Amino acid sequence: MAELLLEASGVTKGFPGVQALSDMRLDLRHGEVLALVGENGAGKSTLMKLLSGVHSPDAGEFRLEGEPYRPADARTALASGVSIIHQEFNLMPHLTVAQNIFIGREPRRARVGLSERALNAQAGELLDRLGIRLDPRQGVGSLTVAKQQMVEIAKALAHEPKVLIMDEPTAALNDAEVETLHGLIRRFTTPRTGVIYISHRMDELKVISDRITVIRDGRFVRTVDTAATSVAEVVSLMVGRELVDEGRPVNVRDDREVVLSVRGLSTRSLLRDVSFDLRRGEILGFAGLMGAGRTEVARAIVGADRRTGRLELAGRPVTIRNPADAARLGIGYLSEDRKHLGLLLEQDVSTNIALPSLSERYSTAGWVRGRGIRAGAREMIARLRIKTPSENQTTKNLSGGNQQKVVIAKWLVKDCDILIFDEPTRGIDVGAKAEIYALLNELAESGKSIIMISSELPEVLRMSHRVVVMAEGRVSGVLDHHEATQESVMHLATLRPASADDPSVALAATPTSPPTPSPGEGATHA
Amino acid sequence: MNTTEISGPAPALAPPGETGGGRAAAIKDRLQQLLAFASLIVIGAYFSFASPIFFTWDNITSILFSTVVIGCLAVGTTFVIITGGIDLSIGTGMALCAVMSGVFIVNLGVPMVLGVVLAILFGGLVGFVNGFNVAVLRLPPFIATLAMMLVAEGLALVISDSTPIYFTETPGYVKISTGELVPGLPNAVLILLVVCVLAALLLGRSVLGRYTYAIGSNEQATELSGIRVGRWKIAVYTLAGLFIGLAGVMISARLGSAQPATGMGYELQAIAAVVIGGTSLSGGKGTILGTVIGALIISVLNNGLQLLSIAQEWQSVILGVVILVAVYADMARKKEA
Repeated sequence: MAELLLEASGVTKGFPGVQALSDMRLDLRHGEVLALVGENGAGKSTLMKLLSGVHSPDAGEFRLEGEPYRPADARTALASGVSIIHQEFNLMPHLTVAQNIFIGREPRRARVGLSERALNAQAGELLDRLGIRLDPRQGVGSLTVAKQQMVEIAKALAHEPKVLIMDEPTAALNDAEVETLHGLIRRFTTPRTGVIYISHRMDELKVISDRITVIRDGRFVRTVDTAATSVAEVVSLMVGRELVDEGRPVNVRDDREVVLSVRGLSTRSLLRDVSFDLRRGEILGFAGLMGAGRTEVARAIVGADRRTGRLELAGRPVTIRNPADAARLGIGYLSEDRKHLGLLLEQDVSTNIALPSLSERYSTAGWVRGRGIRAGAREMIARLRIKTPSENQTTKNLSGGNQQKVVIAKWLVKDCDILIFDEPTRGIDVGAKAEIYALLNELAESGKSIIMISSELPEVLRMSHRVVVMAEGRVSGVLDHHEATQESVMHLATLRPASADDPSVALAATPTSPPTPSPGEGATHA
Repeated sequence: MNTTEISGPAPALAPPGETGGGRAAAIKDRLQQLLAFASLIVIGAYFSFASPIFFTWDNITSILFSTVVIGCLAVGTTFVIITGGIDLSIGTGMALCAVMSGVFIVNLGVPMVLGVVLAILFGGLVGFVNGFNVAVLRLPPFIATLAMMLVAEGLALVISDSTPIYFTETPGYVKISTGELVPGLPNAVLILLVVCVLAALLLGRSVLGRYTYAIGSNEQATELSGIRVGRWKIAVYTLAGLFIGLAGVMISARLGSAQPATGMGYELQAIAAVVIGGTSLSGGKGTILGTVIGALIISVLNNGLQLLSIAQEWQSVILGVVILVAVYADMARKKEA
């Protein structure tokens, strides 16, 4: 048997707080398209970063055509013949197509001069060869997303790689564009090359891939031949875990009064007529794929972005123009991006906890009462079991789970009755997750109303009393906890806008066709 | 990526045994100020050896005296820089306030105390406009205050008709600077001292001070915590403006006249003092004490080098090198920590 094109064995990589990959295996044969699938956080992005030299593995090794492959950075990865197309484009919008394709390797005239003509000629030749219809002189910024994707591919292929890795290349493409892309991939795949194709669109994996490797929780699960497998089998390998063991929402009751009514929330760019109710003491889950608009709903509610629509608190109309208004009315938003939007990482724990309530609770006539702040912080550290040497610890030294608890403490001190959690367990390891879940349940039981946005479907199903499912900026359905299953949620999450407009279709909890099994995959920003 | 800074190899929970984590950081911060203070002592010691005049009471008061204007400006700007902003208008703004003081007291005959208050408030107005441009119009602070720098420079000349305004009719005005309420200590130094203590309290103990640090640490997170970041930024720039006004009064009192063209260049000296004092231009960190030490280092250098008869031109070169060394040392220390 011929040697493998690319092989990974025993690859392990940990980050503080997270074991991203353990004993990962992967083998890519010559001339094949290997699909790589897994849920959010399964370790796909980390694997890509190891292959492109951004990080190096803690243990294990890669082999490229039998030779050890240890890229030091993106440059050496490219030189060895491994090209990666990331989900987020790395293009310079103000440069032309040709300039982007040959960035860093421009044809020179007399060593220093740049020849725009030679550059355009070379790029034109390459684009022709690939069958991409693009003018090399056009500015990249004015191209559609699909065309930009083509530029990325041309740029990757200009290096004449042996291995091409694509991270969700079709996430933003329509069907015709996907066809074109698949044509390109087939043309690229020769007996000397291979493609690793990361995607969550099962239907397209059936079309384009030869084999499928499933990974879960940073571990290799299985590699199957695409022709000999079914979508359902791949999905069950991906999801893997036993939901039954993970528990179901607790303390669900239908007789609670509505505390927050959202009616007709719309933003210029995404949200369309989002309406729902939040009841006292309930955990309302928000599910949907990347770009469905869940975070935007949260930001719209607290007035962080411009929007139209009406909000009622306990039946009374309220105006929320900015997060300060929201905080005053007892609505706290706990961002998915703790490091950038939730915490002052360079400040200590007590400063962070006191921040929202500084002016009304911890000051007299504009002067801060430091002792009160520290006492309040110590109380919260004990109540939420925050692991920190003291309230004076700098926040960035805490683990992800404990940082999350600091954010929760902020809003508890502020005495918020409505808490909006955006990805409450992102970047938090398994043990700390269970603690956060317990905390959410405790808070709901004590009468707080919680909106929980999550890309992890098992998390949504486990915690939510009801689930609001969003698709393309709209609410495509609201499910009670007993109706909410992986299948019913994913069905609603993948509805096209046309059908989402029709409420009779949108609210149907029973899928009529096999659901697109893609548990929130898209939300990986990695 | 921040992950490298999280302590502990495997589980990221902060090791519970290490109870002094926060305190160690606090001590480290102290140490930094000690370092700045130590270099001030070292520089001073060197000059004391090199020149017999340096370490005399007269010379020391003259150093302190010459620190007053830069010190006032630097202390006000410290607030702005901790929010992650910058204020380039403080130099020419100061000249404009000096002129306004002259206009109120000399041209309009306003009682002296009232005139001084009005001049300081006028500085507050300059700062308020800066704050409005930064917080409401969302102009980058560099641009907003650069524009204000030019506007103030021009206005100072226009209003004064490009001629100095002399306070010869009001001899009391000069006493603001050179009088000695405490014998042997010029009032200007006393005023700087009082103002520094007030500013340090404001920065360290008031809600305004806390929000100043919070905005500089992470503006978006502060906004999402329900704090009206815009309003507090306006407050900070206005406060810096009051210091501009005070500096305008102090410099015109020292010279006995409002010089409309004396202002340009002071902003960079003041910013240098702030930076030498350990305040980060990216915001979130800094102290008034550090800034005062930074301002003192600049005055001591100027004074000492003059005593050693080193040419003015070389003094600039040395000051430039000191800024490089101070900031580099600060960065190296932080990377290590």
